[in-house]
Amino acid sequence: MLSAQQLELYITQHLACDYIKVLGDDGTHFEAVIVSAAFVGKGMVQQHQLVYAALGDRMRAEIHALSMKTYTPEQWENKA
Amino acid sequence: MDAQAQIKETVTSNPVVLYMKGNPKFPQCGFSNMATQILDACNTKYISVDVLADQAVREGIKVYANWPTIPQLYINGEFVGGSDIMRAMYENGELQTLLNTVAAK
Repeated sequence: MLSAQQLELYITQHLACDYIKVLGDDGTHFEAVIVSAAFVGKGMVQQHQLVYAALGDRMRAEIHALSMKTYTPEQWENKA
Repeated sequence: MDAQAQIKETVTSNPVVLYMKGNPKFPQCGFSNMATQILDACNTKYISVDVLADQAVREGIKVYANWPTIPQLYINGEFVGGSDIMRAMYENGELQTLLNTVAAK
């Protein structure tokens, strides 16, 4: 069964993240908070597409649902 | 008509389109349910397409917007986002603003 920790690893292998936290323990539904400099200057759609791209075919096969909140490092800093 | 042409036809000939699992009365997924509730809260008219009823559309819609999940919202032929983005835009008022531009036409 896919764990939240594995999912974090899959994402960070293909997307450099300043911070990432994935929650979810049923193997198919996950929630993620992701902070990456790659998000700078992009809209929410493009930010989510970057994460989906990092996951590639896993998004079709293993993961039923990935709810996410994406932040640039600056947004994350201001939020804290 | 192939799935891509069919989707393009649907999203460009209707101002607000929600691709979802099930229908607004009987959503078949929590995320689709949330999407219909958000649109209802915005008091907007929209048409919905049940992707579970058509496998070609179900797969085609993921390719159309380069977006692997459902629901998907389209306004004025443009892909707006999935349920996370709908919720964020609903909370910050952007979704209502966008829908108002449709209603004004």
